[in-house]
Amino acid sequence: MIEPVTRAPQRRHAFPPNWWARIGWLVLAAYVAYALGRLDFSWDRFVTGLDNGARFIGRMLPPRIAQPDSLAKGLIESLEIAILASSMGILLSLPIGLFAARNLMPVWATWPARAIIAAARSFHPVIVAIIFVKAVGFGALAGICALVVASIGFIGKLFAEAIEEISLKQVEAVRATGASFMNVILFGVLPQVFGRFIGFATYQLDSNLRNSTMVGIVGAGGIGGTLFSAFQRFDYDFVAAILLSIIAMIMVGEVLATWVRGVFLEKGKVDEE
Amino acid sequence: MNPALAHVESRTWRRFTPRQRLARFSVYLTLVVAIVLSARTVEVIPEFLYDAPEQMRDLLERMWPISWSHYPKGVHDALVETLHIATLGTLFALVMALPVGLMAANNVVPNRLVNYLAKLVLVSSRSVNSLVWALLFVAVFGPGALAGTLAIAFRSVGFVGKLFGEALEESNRGTIEALEATGAPWSSRLAWGYWPQVKPAFWSIALFRWDINVRESAVLGLVGAGGIGMALDTALNLFQWDRVAMVLFSIFSVVVVAEIIVTQIRRKIL
Amino acid sequence: MSTALSVRGLVKEYVRGKKVLDGITIDFAASGLTAVIGPSGTGKSTLLRCVNRLVEPTAGEIHFGGRDIAPLGGRALREARREIGMVFQEYNLVERLSVMENLLSGRLGYTPAFKAWLRRFPQEDIDRAFALLDQVGLASFANQRADALSGGQRQRVGIARAVMQRPKLLLADEPTSSLDPKTSVEIMGIMRDLGREHGIPVIVNMHDVELAKRFADRILGMSGGRIVYDGPPDGLTDDVLKTIYGGESWLH
Repeated sequence: MIEPVTRAPQRRHAFPPNWWARIGWLVLAAYVAYALGRLDFSWDRFVTGLDNGARFIGRMLPPRIAQPDSLAKGLIESLEIAILASSMGILLSLPIGLFAARNLMPVWATWPARAIIAAARSFHPVIVAIIFVKAVGFGALAGICALVVASIGFIGKLFAEAIEEISLKQVEAVRATGASFMNVILFGVLPQVFGRFIGFATYQLDSNLRNSTMVGIVGAGGIGGTLFSAFQRFDYDFVAAILLSIIAMIMVGEVLATWVRGVFLEKGKVDEE
Repeated sequence: MNPALAHVESRTWRRFTPRQRLARFSVYLTLVVAIVLSARTVEVIPEFLYDAPEQMRDLLERMWPISWSHYPKGVHDALVETLHIATLGTLFALVMALPVGLMAANNVVPNRLVNYLAKLVLVSSRSVNSLVWALLFVAVFGPGALAGTLAIAFRSVGFVGKLFGEALEESNRGTIEALEATGAPWSSRLAWGYWPQVKPAFWSIALFRWDINVRESAVLGLVGAGGIGMALDTALNLFQWDRVAMVLFSIFSVVVVAEIIVTQIRRKIL
Repeated sequence: MSTALSVRGLVKEYVRGKKVLDGITIDFAASGLTAVIGPSGTGKSTLLRCVNRLVEPTAGEIHFGGRDIAPLGGRALREARREIGMVFQEYNLVERLSVMENLLSGRLGYTPAFKAWLRRFPQEDIDRAFALLDQVGLASFANQRADALSGGQRQRVGIARAVMQRPKLLLADEPTSSLDPKTSVEIMGIMRDLGREHGIPVIVNMHDVELAKRFADRILGMSGGRIVYDGPPDGLTDDVLKTIYGGESWLH
């Protein structure tokens, strides 16, 4: 079963060196050194900063709700922006995502749809918010529009990818029964992508909630505005209170998202009686 | 009728159990109530809405032609700085996220308290938007790229740490068990058992986050944290829309290039 | 003949009141291959895993290397474990590492973590690893990734890894259950021969009775958490097998 050792020991490499990996690490180290130099990092600045930081944290604690009305109003407005933007965004991304699926749609549909999605994704929601502030004025409407665009970019892309990954055999089977186009979509396509769709819809709701707290910094409504003005007034303890309430709101949002996922992603049981 | 079926009473088929239907209904109801309430209380000034197409057209007219000449002086350096912020920030985040992600994985560190604390750190990092982190760091370290880099780093730790921890929890237990049985210490089990398994996931997460960070770094300048955002801020404040268009275009190009780079690396290495 | 392992009153309850191991008391000599047979769920695997503490015993003593290792923890436990090699049913190799790295992972209990990370093992270990690779017939596979190998080849790496530990005892938990009959015979042969050559007693847990009879010097039959047969392979009459496994239909 086992071979007796007859060969004289040869020089063999136990661990052949991986040159690509080594080069990679060297390049990385060189880059970090270079970039740090370019960005004008100096040790002094850093240390001064740490000192500042300690004082800063001192001023932030204990958190104080300096203007409860303003805080509440801002939070509620952010919540509203997130809800409305998510619902409209989801509604709009469904058809756009569907049209962007290359396995189901012809080229004259997929090209424009994919272009819209790519454009929507390329810009940070804050930049889009700035544009909408110019177009529709300050306030929540700009924020809602900006986040709708962001949602279309995110959900549209993932939805299209999910559709492109489905098994076409199932679609074929439904088509073979003579079903109409809508029915083919409803029974052949949607059941396969529904699970993933719920996943990224809830993710986008969470993401919009986060973003809605900060588009206010450029005037698009929500708690971001309150936060920014508190910063400018050096009201750091109020800033701390606002941040904590934002975190709390987002955590509640995550809990809700988990609830929704739990309800819809249960393996549907068929009940007979 | 087929005699075999004659005695069968008609049975009802329901897709969901009553309990499931109730749950689904509650979700729908909550959503609808939330939407209706929001729509009614949100402050939207109708005049602005009607005015919008006119305003958009005005904006687009002012943005065209794009001020190409603005690029070398006003834009290029800032753009490069933005890339540095994104890359350095991502690298720092990776370094910070490794230990925290480890501590959050219940198979690597089986201590529930440590897991919970680590997850808390990760959630807090994610909940604070990078712009807000930037505001904080500008207040502490002064305006400039240092604040921006730290903002990106601190924001990304939560993202990378969470996904990294999940990848660790999904690794093959049998392999680790075998190393345990040889008497290997915890650190060797980590280096030889867990790391080879999560390496591909780790680099994938890193690339993904870098891509997102390129977008995020572009706006940090709006609050003074360095990068192209500052050029954007300047142009906006001066209402130089053609320059604004130039900045937007360069941001767009950089984002597209970053995506291409990431897709190529993905294909080659992963 | 000296005793390598001595188990006294070993009890294991996964669920309170349900004893999977019901007071096992048995000695294992310092040489030879012992096969543990019995129906599924009767505690064969639990017995082996209690020895190297992958499963925590509920009660009892495990005397190995001159002391009771049942209550050990931390560093002392690791030192005991590195003297016990284990071969697994699913091979449990580090898939993305090379065969050579998998072999040397058997020395992780003896190598400081920092050196192990840098792959700085003593030359003696490396030479031994190459020699073992030759012995199990995988000479040209040293730098191949473990997941590029077939099942039988992977198990050979698993056995070599365990032998690299220079163990005083080799445990094998259903090492052939995932392999085809021909490969199973090869693997059992390798374990028996390596055990003889390096002076390591082998305890193998298996469900193939014929294979056990062919390779074992001693057979332990377990049923209901107890040892109901302890003797040479030719003592395994049909009656004995019925006691162990219950029922007759599988015998013919």
